[in-house]
Amino acid sequence: MIEVRDLVVERGRRRVLHGISCVVPAGSVTGLLGPSGSGKTTLIRAVVGVQIVRSGSVTVLGKPAGSAALRRSVGYVTQAPSVYADLSVRENARYFAALYGLGATEADQAVADVGLKDAAGQLVGNLSGGQRSRASLACAMIGKPQLLVLDEPTVGQDPVLRAELWGRFHALAAAGTTLLVSSHVMDEAGRCDRLLLIRDGLIIGDDTPAAIRADAGTDDLEEAFLRLIRSQQGAAA
Amino acid sequence: MIALATTGRILRQLRHDRRTVALLLVVPALLLTLLYFMYEDTPHTFDRIALIMLGIFPFTIMFLVTSIAMLRERTSGTLERLLTTPLRKTDLLFGYGLAFSLAAVVQGAVATGVAYGLLGLDTSASAGLILLIAVVDAVLGVAIGLLCSAFARTEFQAVQFLPVVVVPQILLCGLFVPRSQMAGWLQAISDVLPLTYAVDALGSAGATMWRDVTIVAGAAVVALILAAATLRRRTP
Ligand SMILES: Nc1ncnc2c1ncn2[C@@H]1O[C@H](COP(=O)(O)OP(=O)(O)OP(=O)(O)O)[C@@H](O)[C@H]1O
Ligand SMILES: [Mg+2]
Repeated sequence: MIEVRDLVVERGRRRVLHGISCVVPAGSVTGLLGPSGSGKTTLIRAVVGVQIVRSGSVTVLGKPAGSAALRRSVGYVTQAPSVYADLSVRENARYFAALYGLGATEADQAVADVGLKDAAGQLVGNLSGGQRSRASLACAMIGKPQLLVLDEPTVGQDPVLRAELWGRFHALAAAGTTLLVSSHVMDEAGRCDRLLLIRDGLIIGDDTPAAIRADAGTDDLEEAFLRLIRSQQGAAA
Repeated sequence: MIALATTGRILRQLRHDRRTVALLLVVPALLLTLLYFMYEDTPHTFDRIALIMLGIFPFTIMFLVTSIAMLRERTSGTLERLLTTPLRKTDLLFGYGLAFSLAAVVQGAVATGVAYGLLGLDTSASAGLILLIAVVDAVLGVAIGLLCSAFARTEFQAVQFLPVVVVPQILLCGLFVPRSQMAGWLQAISDVLPLTYAVDALGSAGATMWRDVTIVAGAAVVALILAAATLRRRTP
């Protein structure tokens, strides 16, 4: 589904990704986890084809990332909610629906799906932070893309909504959608089918949560992540 | 289709911003009224200057509005997202061009209505033709605004393009000094600035006017093509 090979990215004269290789399998929820500044957004931008890359390749659905044919099949939610603050939730959704040749029904459905039915007529600028990022999420889900790339979609959501959103992600995956979801909250890692652990622009773990727990010899994913970091540092030293 | 949806979206955004709409519609008419009282005793001067202003106002205002709107699209992240959807760059630029041109039609209608109806503006060309030229001038402003916004990272920078890109064109278009009285090299510069033809069109008739309008429209198309070329899907 997604194949990243030897990806090197430089941003502002600094090397941010140092030759990353990984594979995201189809029909699953893959979590991209790592500390702030580790390169999650940069990797995601490379996958959706808006990042200038230095070298290496990113292939999505068998085509180079960002190619025109992929724009119908890839949905992208940026980290900062990218919806129009001076439009209502409904107007935003209908505009993004129109970009995929879809109508008001699909747009309104997506708004309801993220739990914003009652706020549909409200200006996005007047929404709470969590509502705003759900409005942004709704706009990406409208086209029923084969690949959904979500950059920290659950930030600022309460536990109930978070559980609901993860339920929806898994329902989508069960229906064949592939999801790449970034997060820096470790308690979300356990909800993923697979994990990519990234640190300082390097992938330090690429496995199922169960295997990562087993390898590190702990049930706590956060602790497992820390042990992985320590063992990498040990190897480097 | 996508371009039209984009036009609709931009107009809807504008509609939610009542104050901007009010300013867009009222300010040119108010400034013309101010000119009227400034030149109360010399109606011919008023006729000359007001006519030129009917071209300069829409150009300047639409330039500013468009470059800020496009910059917002960039800084809010919506541009990055739009460029991952089936929307083509030309859909976006055409969407902006059409939306603000429609706004310019309404703005121009109010301004020419006030100028001819209330202030007794007297020109050789008909009010309808003047409105048409004013709208073409606005389209030029939109196109140059879209192009310039590609070179601005912040609102402060975008606003600075007004003195850099717009003011020299206003100074050299023949409003202050007739072009025939300018030094040769100033005339040469003025010859390659599109606003010169926008203003020239207002004061001429027949074939010359249509030639000028064609040049302005051509400059707008060139600016739009350059804007499309400078709009990058991939950014650092
Ligand atoms: N536009 C930019 N220009 C220069 N450097 C940048 C730019 N954007 C990000 N960086 C740098 O690239 C590195 C990776 O940033 P990135 O946004 O990918 O991190 P992240 O893992 O998404 O972090 P967070 O969890 O805080 O969102 C950081 O060190 C950051 O400072
Ligand atoms: Mg990030």
